[in-house]
Amino acid sequence: MPEPPGSLRGTGVSAGSGCGPVRRMVGTVPEPPAGARHGGDAAAEAAAALAALEGVAASLEDLAGHAPDDAGHDVLHAQALMARDPELAAGVRARVAVGIAAPRAVFEAFAAHREALAAADAYLAARVADLDDVRDRAVAALLGVPVPGVPASDEPFVLVARDLAPADTALLDPATVVAFVTENGGPTSHTAILARALGVPAVVAVPDATTLADGVVVLVDGTAGTVQIAPSPSDVLAARFRDRTPSHVSAAPAGPGGTRDGRRVPLLANITVPGDLAAARAHGAEGVGLYRTEFLFLDRADVPGTAEQAAAYAEALDAFPDGDVVVRVLDAGADKPLPFLPPSAPEPNPALGERGLRMLRRHPEILAGQLAALAKAGAGRPGLRVMAPMVTGADESAAFAAACRDAGLDRPGVMIEVPAAALRARDLARTVEFFSVGTNDLAQYACAADRQSGALSRLHDPWQPALLDLVALAAGAGVPCGVCGEGAADPILACVLVGLGVASLSMAPTAIPAVREELAGHTLDRCRAAAAAARASRTAATARAAARAVLARRR
Amino acid sequence: MTERRVKIMSRVGLHARPAALFVQTAAKAPMDVTVALDGRDPVNAKSILAVLGLDAHHGEEVTLAAAGDGAEELLNTLESILSQEEHGRA
Repeated sequence: MPEPPGSLRGTGVSAGSGCGPVRRMVGTVPEPPAGARHGGDAAAEAAAALAALEGVAASLEDLAGHAPDDAGHDVLHAQALMARDPELAAGVRARVAVGIAAPRAVFEAFAAHREALAAADAYLAARVADLDDVRDRAVAALLGVPVPGVPASDEPFVLVARDLAPADTALLDPATVVAFVTENGGPTSHTAILARALGVPAVVAVPDATTLADGVVVLVDGTAGTVQIAPSPSDVLAARFRDRTPSHVSAAPAGPGGTRDGRRVPLLANITVPGDLAAARAHGAEGVGLYRTEFLFLDRADVPGTAEQAAAYAEALDAFPDGDVVVRVLDAGADKPLPFLPPSAPEPNPALGERGLRMLRRHPEILAGQLAALAKAGAGRPGLRVMAPMVTGADESAAFAAACRDAGLDRPGVMIEVPAAALRARDLARTVEFFSVGTNDLAQYACAADRQSGALSRLHDPWQPALLDLVALAAGAGVPCGVCGEGAADPILACVLVGLGVASLSMAPTAIPAVREELAGHTLDRCRAAAAAARASRTAATARAAARAVLARRR
Repeated sequence: MTERRVKIMSRVGLHARPAALFVQTAAKAPMDVTVALDGRDPVNAKSILAVLGLDAHHGEEVTLAAAGDGAEELLNTLESILSQEEHGRA
């Protein structure tokens, strides 16, 4: 379908529409030109530079005081210390003394330290981003340009950014952001996951999104993947009307998920922190299919203690006394480096490196500590299941199952996200009680397409026939197999997954009502026919169309 | 000049929260304080950027040095920070 003029296209990753003025994330502060000189009053120039740094330090301390969690607090506090660093201040003074203008002097003084940190390991490399942020804030103050970050606004707006990092969104007020639009990212980027968790419409991988001017009104359609510039009132009304359908579905009474002819398919929630449990219950989740525990550990200096961990797990179990709660043990490494689990060597391709269970095999005491905390939380709470991420072969799944049983956990499972594990799923099935397919990583590894790369987002499409083949292998291996990737959140694909033999579906809570309604409209045989039609196709687009055609026959 | 060799017991090394605590404590002292890894030049213990740049890991030894009144007490305090295995949020 041709796009109307004044429309940008990307990948819709969080359904619904949102309309409002653009507020760009101020992400780039210009580099002060080399050779910029000050007027001659070095003392005044140095005082201005140091005052700017102190102002930045004070504002970061203030932000730290409002940070919702320890992780955010520690990062912001460390950044304030950087802004007040005496060696940095000496470097600024020395440069101003030889005539360099304050903004350039600050920029160069940071550069000297930046190199030392960037050369070090993954943990310090992450601190480089923190350091750059401090530098940009100080340079912005001296140049009189806006400070980087999520823009402040009392009115609702559409947030436009190159990409959103977890640190950017720590202080985000979801009440004022009506939609996200980003240049980078794919369906599994932080932006996409955050948007779905908040129920905010989002379109990612939009070329030139950051050229949209501040204040321009846009209509973001997170279902179609479009960003319409200066929409007419009738366009906005039409989009609102379309949005009624999901909100009508949301209001429908929640019952157990299943097909029209009574095949039960538990619909579960993916959660990140205990605070997500309320949304999971509100959207009718029957349990938790993926509890991402790394966020208990992320940006922490130390491993959280047994009692703290057990309390977080128990909270999820108590929220769903009659359902399953699948807890995934620490999935560190790759895009989630942890200071207490450094990789054994520099990793040029972290996604292919020592992450997930691979990392825990090198640090068995951390795995044992987490399993002990899980066993403590699971005592008297029968819904607990535990699974390992990034499992490659049956030797690894057997070792993980043994560690679980040693801890008193008798329902171990593994994630199927490495193609080798899917191909040999029957071997793995002999060692554990269940599987859970992570479609995001399985697509990344099956298609050799980095999840972080917006340019490759078409290869992250869970409709790819190759991915459906791998899911079918896992679902037919002899143990119950769920899907907890974002693929489960697509109502049509959810029916196809059930047709492939998948036993439960876990997704962002806001996606559950639409999946429940779609699934309830089809028999198991119809789902199987849709799955067969999709697997008989040669591309993701034709697979989707073929499945839709089967499911559209006589509803 | 008072010197002290200390083994870093913090699991995360001289990074993250222990590094922040170490630098803040050093910065409060009136005299100069340095920290050095074996075979490398000492760096300013009051500078978070210099201390992070050491990239000192769990189990490594560093040499702390300070001079003047109160140097002994200061090094005691800094040593106790480096000797702690875990650092809860203050």
